[in-house]
Amino acid sequence: MSALTLARAERLLPSGPGGNAGPGLDAHLDRHGALRIPTRRDPDWRAGILRAVAASGLVGRGGAGFPAAIKWDSVARRSRRPLVVVNAMEGEPASAKDRVLLAYSPHLVLDGAYVAATAVGASDIVICIADHSQPAAASIEAAIAERRRAGTAVVRASVQRPPGRYVTGEESALVGWLENRRALPSMRTDKSVPVSIGRRPALVHNAETLCQVALIARHGPEWFRGMGTEAAPGSTLVTVTGAVRQPGVLEVELGTPLVEILARAGLDTELSAVLLGGYGGAWLDPSRLSTPYAPAPLAAAGAVQGVGVAIALPATACGVAETARIVRYMAGESAGQCGPCVFGLPAIAVDLEALWAGRAGPGVLERIATRAAAVDGRGACGHPDGVARVVRSALAVFGADAAAHAEGRPCAGHAALTVLTLPEAGPGRWAR
Amino acid sequence: MSPSRRIGVRVRVDPIACDAYGYCAELLPERVTLDEWGYPIVDGTPVDAHLVELATRAAAVCPRRAVLLETVMVDR
Amino acid sequence: MLATSSTALWYTTRATGIVALVLLTGTMVLGILTAGRARARSWPAFAQAELHKRVSLLAMVFLAFHVLTSVLDTYVDVGWGAIIVPFASSYRPVWTGLGTVGVDLLLAVAISSALRQRISASTWRGIHWLAYGSWPVAMAHSLGMGTDASRLWMTGLAGACSLAVLGSLAWRMIDHNQSRARALATGARTRAVPARYAAPLSAEAPGQAPARSWPPPRSSGTTTRSTLPPRRRTDTAARILERGPS
Repeated sequence: MSALTLARAERLLPSGPGGNAGPGLDAHLDRHGALRIPTRRDPDWRAGILRAVAASGLVGRGGAGFPAAIKWDSVARRSRRPLVVVNAMEGEPASAKDRVLLAYSPHLVLDGAYVAATAVGASDIVICIADHSQPAAASIEAAIAERRRAGTAVVRASVQRPPGRYVTGEESALVGWLENRRALPSMRTDKSVPVSIGRRPALVHNAETLCQVALIARHGPEWFRGMGTEAAPGSTLVTVTGAVRQPGVLEVELGTPLVEILARAGLDTELSAVLLGGYGGAWLDPSRLSTPYAPAPLAAAGAVQGVGVAIALPATACGVAETARIVRYMAGESAGQCGPCVFGLPAIAVDLEALWAGRAGPGVLERIATRAAAVDGRGACGHPDGVARVVRSALAVFGADAAAHAEGRPCAGHAALTVLTLPEAGPGRWAR
Repeated sequence: MSPSRRIGVRVRVDPIACDAYGYCAELLPERVTLDEWGYPIVDGTPVDAHLVELATRAAAVCPRRAVLLETVMVDR
Repeated sequence: MLATSSTALWYTTRATGIVALVLLTGTMVLGILTAGRARARSWPAFAQAELHKRVSLLAMVFLAFHVLTSVLDTYVDVGWGAIIVPFASSYRPVWTGLGTVGVDLLLAVAISSALRQRISASTWRGIHWLAYGSWPVAMAHSLGMGTDASRLWMTGLAGACSLAVLGSLAWRMIDHNQSRARALATGARTRAVPARYAAPLSAEAPGQAPARSWPPPRSSGTTTRSTLPPRRRTDTAARILERGPS
């Protein structure tokens, strides 16, 4: 790991506005070099790339952190011809990394998808982008067209636009939409069996994970492990927003102390907390800002890495208020399939809003904590688990604040502007 | 088969299919309790032998077929 | 001799028919109440559901006897085919035919229930809805055949059965609307989930924003559920996208 502070990782994204020569194929080849992907069956190449991905220790960058090599292995074993699904749905509103990748490095995403497809023997690639993300879709479609013209389109690639809700990026919901136009999560009983569309197994990967694959295919696993830590190798993208001067998508080396990441985004105020991992992630106490940004250290600090999101909450804002807004949003994003999620999340939201306004009755904190524990793990997908986690961490990090609110003394920050990105509520579609 | 392990039955609920009828909690309160909204909280420990029949009945009577029985290997 | 056995069969047909009708009524009422989650105070709910199943089985047994004796009876010419094929009987084809329709519907329900583990849940449910049709058909058949219809006890019985079924249906429809409204207010989306056991979630219906002392956020977006136009991403992410990577 580099000893320089504010170490910049510059693998995935073009280096800054000055160095950005555009998302075209030529610029991409200039920057990254050529990549040979065999168009006919080449078992040596396939074995080689599978070994490389396993040796690199690459884990998914979509939030679950599942080892990529295990996924590839389980898909390649199936007898039917698989297909590769590029998950660029980015249902997490506070995250912009996938859209930035598609807009600025679409060819890297395509490279990774082609590599994965050839490695598992897939015949098609489906790139899934939320229906409201127009620039990202236009960019990747242009890149696909460029490849076709250049004759380097290895596998058939198409773009699909599922409805852009929070849980539609969840693996089983996405696959469910591709299969029968119902973007609802389903119960996964056996995680070692890959998801499937019809009878075909599907290799679903986050767009950033595939970019990492494209680079591993070029430079090898040792190069990939040259950054990051032993347990968490490589670089990752983090969307930093909130009380920072330059909010944006940063590429950071895993293991960088969180405070340095925030400093790169221009942190200049005192913080009340940092929300990590998205709205289903966890709050981190400001006393632990020197925690290295990697899954294990963050989990030990009571937070979670999840999908690369960091929202800096200034000391002038109210953590209880923001948590109430988060839970209200998440309650509205429930797929509505499982009782504990459908009933539990709005119940917690109402309690948090009452707490915020200083109108809550006695025992509200216990009730919130009990309900959070009651919904944890009782849905088909991880949605209620995320809410339980963010609520638990809020009660821990904002404990004193919450106690004051519970006694009817809302803090001064309770009327502050929100730092959260919350899409406007509206009649959402779950299926066409 | 080693004498120290036997086959046990574990109860699970499919949360998507479940519609809070509550029959499972009536038949098998040793493993299923209802939360404040009527949905089952399932204890996943394997069922004792004398309760297996009740567990099977709970799975059969559920109107949504949401109760699932799994066989697991259990240490004695 | 012929007359006696015929009369015995004839009485059996009428008796088993009436009993089947009463049992079918009981099945309907129990089914409607079970589906509507009505709870008897001292009886567990699963027992109600199983009672519905057993009463329906009993109804089918009596129905089988009713059908069998009516075909075997030589006094009226019904014919074996008329058991399944509606309006194929020579004797009073219309009213017997209605009875046949009822038998067909109940056969479908019985077979689908026997194969319940093998067919999809929605298929089973769809077929089970046919059962709703079997009761009015059976009632029309009973009254239309006219054998006992003019008797006071029969009219009284028919009236009581009709009252029971129509009363349960009315209760069910009112209750369904209420629980659906409650479920929608809580946000259930894909199924009308009953909130029957819910303690009041809180002072407010969760769909509304709490009152005055909660200022809505003044920057991007609001969290209240509303019927506003479709979502737009108004966020820093869009600006990040425009500006490009840092």
